[in-house]
Amino acid sequence: MSQNGIGNSVGSGPSALALDPATTYKITALVVDDDAVTGMIHRRLLDSLGVKNEVVRNGKEAINVHRSGNPFDLILMDMEMPVMNGIEATRELRRMGIRSMIAGVSSCSGDREKQEFMEAGLDDFQEKPLTATKLVSILHKLNKKD
Amino acid sequence: MERNQLSRQVALQRQSLFDQGYLDDQFNQLEELQDDSNPNFVEEVVTLYYQDTSRHVLEIEQALERKPLDFTKLDSYMYNLKGSSSSFGAKKVIAECKLFLEHCKARNGEGCVRTFQQLKTEYATLKRKLEAYFQLARQAGLTGTALRPK
Repeated sequence: MSQNGIGNSVGSGPSALALDPATTYKITALVVDDDAVTGMIHRRLLDSLGVKNEVVRNGKEAINVHRSGNPFDLILMDMEMPVMNGIEATRELRRMGIRSMIAGVSSCSGDREKQEFMEAGLDDFQEKPLTATKLVSILHKLNKKD
Repeated sequence: MERNQLSRQVALQRQSLFDQGYLDDQFNQLEELQDDSNPNFVEEVVTLYYQDTSRHVLEIEQALERKPLDFTKLDSYMYNLKGSSSSFGAKKVIAECKLFLEHCKARNGEGCVRTFQQLKTEYATLKRKLEAYFQLARQAGLTGTALRPK
């Protein structure tokens, strides 16, 4: 089991892929999404894997949360959002020196938009809807990154 | 109605929602997240979906009444609705959203209006069917992990 507590067990459903309970709270995540339904589901997905998490509704709020000194291991960043979109927010977070894993999660599947999003500073990109399998894949990448 | 009979009816009703194309696998994914500490998670998601998306539907309706049509705005509103619908697997609603977005791209106003009418029908039908399903599940005393497919 890694320091972040991500196991390599194989199986279906979040419970089979659960993190080691002893280390779950070392991983924190920020969900950045303007859609309330998506936010609710992403939070539940993270909860089911023992990841402490918060939700904000746009890129500007994500910046403000970081400016007030709250770091996160993982940021799940939507692309299209009002006030400040995910591309701008990712660029700004990297400019601020934020080295957290940022995974873009968007229903936009166009290559050009995805490339622009990646170039803004993403570590990973997953197409919506997010599933437990996709989220575990992101967490495994986080594990390797550390 | 006897409890076992009710449970069978719930299972059949659930399966028909998939067989008739109203729901896709994403709904299964949400059911997997339901457990004894979150026994009504799926119903809560669906309730929030209909509360939250009703304003998107109204925005689109109002935007379709304005002349000339602002396809950029229509695209943006429908993109939001498609995103929410995808998050819980509303298959027929998603299909209509995609068709509408194609009409927007082609600047086909008539296509947008026609598709939107069909979308509203699918949206309302799904709501009715899911409400009936959840009510039957409650009647059968099925919540949490008991609602997951075997």
